[in-house]
Amino acid sequence: MLEVRNLIKSYEGKPLLRDISFSVSQGETICLLGASGSGKSTILKMIAGLEFPESGDILFNNIDLAQTPPHLRDFGLVFQDYGLFPHLNVFDNVAFGLRMQRIKHKGHEGEIARRVHEMMELVNLTSFESRNVTDLSGGEQQRVALARALAPQPQLLMFDEPLGALDRSLKEDLLNELRGILRQTNIPAIYVTHDQEEAFAIADRILVLHDGIIIRDAAPHEIWKDPQSAFVAKLLGIGNVVEGEVIAKNKIKTAFGILSLDCVKNVGENIQLLVQQIPSPAGEGRGGEVIEEIQLTVEDVFFKQDQFQVKGRGVVLSESKDGLLIHMKDAPRVGDVIRVKVQVKCLV
Amino acid sequence: MKKLTLLVFSLRHAQGIAILFLLAACASAGPTTLTVMTHDSFAISEDVVTSFEEANNVDVVFLQSGDAGSMLNKAVLSKDAPLADVMFGVDNTFLSRALAADIFDAYQSPALSAVPAEFVLDSSFRALPVDYGDVCINYDKNYFAENNLAVPQSFEDLAKPEYNGLLVVENPATSSPGLAFMLATRAYFGDGFLDYWQSLKDNGVVVVDGWETAYYTNFSASSGNGNQPMVVSYASSPAAEVFFAPSPLTESPTASIIASGMCFRQIEFVGIFKNGQNRDLAEKFVDFMLGEQFQEDMPLNMFVYPVNEAAQLPDVFVNFAQIAENPAMLSYEEIATNRDAWIEAWAEIMK
Amino acid sequence: MRNNLLNYGDTKTWRIKFLRILVSPWFSRLFLWLAPLLFLSIFFFYPLTKILTLTFDLETFTDPNNLRITQHATRFTFYQATLSTILTFALGLPSAILFSRFDFHGKSLLRALTAVPFMLPTVVVAAAFNSLFSYKVTGSMLQVFNLQPSTLNFLLILTAHVFYNTTIVIRIVGNALSQLGPRIEASARILGADTFRTWRHITLPLLRPSLLAAALLVFMFDFTSFGVILLLGGSNFATLEVEIYIRALQLPNLNLAAFLSVIQLIFTLIFSILYTRTINQVQTQTAPRFSTARPPKTIKEKIFVATLTLLLSSFFFLPLVSLPVRSLTRLEPDRGQRDQVQYGFTTDYYEELFINRRGSLFYVPPVQAAVNSLGFAGITVLLSLALGYPAAYALAKPTRLEKFLDPFLMLPLGASTVMMGLGFILSFGRLIASPFFIPIAHTLIALPFVIRTLQPALASIPERLRQAASTLGASPFRVWQTVDFPILSRATLSAATFAFTVSLGEFGATLLITRPEYPTIPITISRFLSQPGGLNYGQAMAMATLLMLLTTLSILLIEKLRFNNAGEF
Repeated sequence: MLEVRNLIKSYEGKPLLRDISFSVSQGETICLLGASGSGKSTILKMIAGLEFPESGDILFNNIDLAQTPPHLRDFGLVFQDYGLFPHLNVFDNVAFGLRMQRIKHKGHEGEIARRVHEMMELVNLTSFESRNVTDLSGGEQQRVALARALAPQPQLLMFDEPLGALDRSLKEDLLNELRGILRQTNIPAIYVTHDQEEAFAIADRILVLHDGIIIRDAAPHEIWKDPQSAFVAKLLGIGNVVEGEVIAKNKIKTAFGILSLDCVKNVGENIQLLVQQIPSPAGEGRGGEVIEEIQLTVEDVFFKQDQFQVKGRGVVLSESKDGLLIHMKDAPRVGDVIRVKVQVKCLV
Repeated sequence: MKKLTLLVFSLRHAQGIAILFLLAACASAGPTTLTVMTHDSFAISEDVVTSFEEANNVDVVFLQSGDAGSMLNKAVLSKDAPLADVMFGVDNTFLSRALAADIFDAYQSPALSAVPAEFVLDSSFRALPVDYGDVCINYDKNYFAENNLAVPQSFEDLAKPEYNGLLVVENPATSSPGLAFMLATRAYFGDGFLDYWQSLKDNGVVVVDGWETAYYTNFSASSGNGNQPMVVSYASSPAAEVFFAPSPLTESPTASIIASGMCFRQIEFVGIFKNGQNRDLAEKFVDFMLGEQFQEDMPLNMFVYPVNEAAQLPDVFVNFAQIAENPAMLSYEEIATNRDAWIEAWAEIMK
Repeated sequence: MRNNLLNYGDTKTWRIKFLRILVSPWFSRLFLWLAPLLFLSIFFFYPLTKILTLTFDLETFTDPNNLRITQHATRFTFYQATLSTILTFALGLPSAILFSRFDFHGKSLLRALTAVPFMLPTVVVAAAFNSLFSYKVTGSMLQVFNLQPSTLNFLLILTAHVFYNTTIVIRIVGNALSQLGPRIEASARILGADTFRTWRHITLPLLRPSLLAAALLVFMFDFTSFGVILLLGGSNFATLEVEIYIRALQLPNLNLAAFLSVIQLIFTLIFSILYTRTINQVQTQTAPRFSTARPPKTIKEKIFVATLTLLLSSFFFLPLVSLPVRSLTRLEPDRGQRDQVQYGFTTDYYEELFINRRGSLFYVPPVQAAVNSLGFAGITVLLSLALGYPAAYALAKPTRLEKFLDPFLMLPLGASTVMMGLGFILSFGRLIASPFFIPIAHTLIALPFVIRTLQPALASIPERLRQAASTLGASPFRVWQTVDFPILSRATLSAATFAFTVSLGEFGATLLITRPEYPTIPITISRFLSQPGGLNYGQAMAMATLLMLLTTLSILLIEKLRFNNAGEF
């Protein structure tokens, strides 16, 4: 449906997006994930027609959108700060898009009211129609913004960090609702965020933006299994990234001991490894991953969710800065040396 | 019958293009328009103007252009393309400037026959006299009766201690009666007038910017109920006080000091602009201004005296206005040469 | 997908380029500036240049006498403006605190009251002061304090300037104070700063841009003060503007007048540049304003509020109320008892307004004068909004071009009206008799106010809202219609009311033009005041009362609809 080809855009003379291509198909929700300032929002604005790419094409159903002004694109956009019209009440905010489609709804205030009502039901705000938007809480405002974007039945929905300003529990609730709504309406969606939890929770596909290009484009479980690069692993908080030095063809020296692993690197080169704890009791390696047992000195212990988080430092090179975060059922004492089974992967 | 035309590009002079909103008169065969430039104090009765308009099939438009000085400046600046056909209101303190700038065409109106020669200052007939008035000190009758104070009868009296702080005058740099009064002292004292003003200053004379302030704020007999019982105003002002009294009066609360030499006679002139259109109508209008109908209408409108001897004065003038027997006069040439220097010197003294 | 999404094939690149030029900041800016700059060029810079090229002459500079006059006028102008500004702050700063920090009965009325003088014509203010400080009062003051009459005049000038401009301080500084919020001060308190130190180290530094902006604006108005000085100052006080007036019209020396005008223009430009620089640092936030005001609680606060309210109401209320009182009072010496003034209630003056006793051609029925005034004010509103809107749009997101142009928009406030009047004659000749020139002259003065009111409101609309509307299917015009306009409606109304009252009060524009017909209320007032007699004075007071009522109603309207965070300048 939506196809983005070779977008290039610079910001204040510096290249921001160097070559962006991706596509979204019907009913699919993709998630653009990247650090702040990486140009995620700019991509959305270009798709919405609010900004122009320096070069590259944006096609929808194989039609080039270059000459279509934003108001004729029929895309919905939900902002982080909601962008609700402060001078209109909830009903009029939601009805705004419907009223703009003059031909479709001319003289059909009843039709509009019905549709608004339907939207309000969808976002669980049925009794709010006559309220003032400035009196609503953040979560309520974002629901209104969502209803407003959905009401005109857009061809594509875009979310620009929509939950960024909300607190944790509200975020989870809204994410679940949003997932339901997107599935129900079957509208393709692009969701921009820097929060990996949101990304994993909502996306059919995750696109990681780094340094002006998309460095990873895959389904969440694939990325989790194989982040491929240290950047993606760190950004998504997958396992621990550990520095190592190749000392022989399949030996890599780290702060946590020498690991047997062949990363196709020359001796003497530095390398980053992904170290993931294997759920205890240590099982077999799945599909060729290397299972290792490492030792570490406990530095800090704290309780999180249903187990203890243990922060440990390597016993081999204790001056190394690398720390490892693992979780255990029982709390060790600070200073203990513990052994943990991990699986290790090479990263680029 | 006026019609608004749209934005029009108009080529102005040869110097540049200006986009202007124009108010264009309908081209249909209406009466022609005669434009008369006047100062803001000009006033006339409607029926008088109407009679002239009907008799000559003309629309008379009055262009009120600020005070006399302001009006004259505008006229001088625009003399190549005059804003009007006729200008009324330049007085003998400004006359020389108008004549020097050569903005008027000569016109020896036959109506001048009814005007005494003493008023016809310009022998080349470029500026013709229309009215005159005396600038005198007005005093608050009540105050002087109340305090058993004699009314001063000479300039010297005013510098006496019993009149300390009792007189308000206008700044000659910004006010026409103020200038007239200063000229009266110049006429009386000659070059010594500056010493006289020094003595007035020492005697607490109050100087204000304009007639309005002097009369309505400082003068004790006016509605402003001020602090000074003597003000430089016009000899006709007592008549105006009666005429404009909120309830009928049999006696004016004020009177003028018309002792010899203490008043200055202002004569106002009319002239026809050089390069003006409608020369014939302009001449007719000048004749009309000197004629009895206009001359008799003037006193109650502008509180000035007609120059036409045949004109009848209204009752209120006969009963309450005074005329100086022996007003101070300075030749307009002398005023022309020294006016600015005198004012500057005066300002230096009064600082 | 809608069917207008067509593929244009070959024409695509050309069309894209064209489209980009259309939406490029460069093009839209040029488009926005077109009308306001054209207007200012034709009706301000062209006449100004014309009169200055004719009369400005560097040789003026070499004449020692001219230099002396220039020096003296410049020095006095600075002196009185500095003193006036200091005094205005002495009253304005506490008042700003009062209005932004405390709630009390009659607050909005008192606030409106302080704004009324700013819009009143000088004639009316002078009349108000005069009818209040009857000379009996000032006379005894002279004796008690052993003052020279000229000292009294000077004090009157300063008082009038404070009377006029306190509202500027209240508005600019008060708004900044309300936006500061009590939280920052509270943190300072908790960290151990006492009231004074909190002010010294926290509040004042944060307020600095707004204090500076207010001071500059007040200074600029005092610097170019004309009517007040002329009417209240008597003979000894000549500011640059007054000196220009005298040299241009009374003691004709147009070269000197031009020289003085150039000096005044240069100073005005400097102040405008400084002002526009600082005002842009004064924050305007979009966040809904939380009220920082609360009723006074401690005894100290109560005393502060009570004293200042009393002071402000007497300072502003008494002169304003003296006009209507005077217009309804019969005040004549009783013939029977000497020196006994009889006071009585009368409506004679109002009734007399409707009578043309002398059948004068120039008689104006009061209703007609009001209609003329309102008509011109209406056109002024439309014209200044039409020109002010695009300029404010351009200024809302300033680039280097806007930063450069901004101070020039303020320049008409500092140009000598006398010289402008002469420039008008030179440039437009007989055309200036057209009634159109009246609203044009008024617009020239109103435009800076309109732009200054609209710009912060415009800048405070988040781009998000326009983008949201756009993605919801609103065309650019519909975006303006459904987002900008409704949000700006209050700022627009307050800008309109400013233009309206500026036009009603004429604000010195009288000298700009000659008018054949259509006299306005201020013209009628000065016509009444030009002849002796109790009825004339009474009618002038009655007319002034009418004008004041119209102005006050307008100001109350502004106050009622004041855009939360929009400054007025």
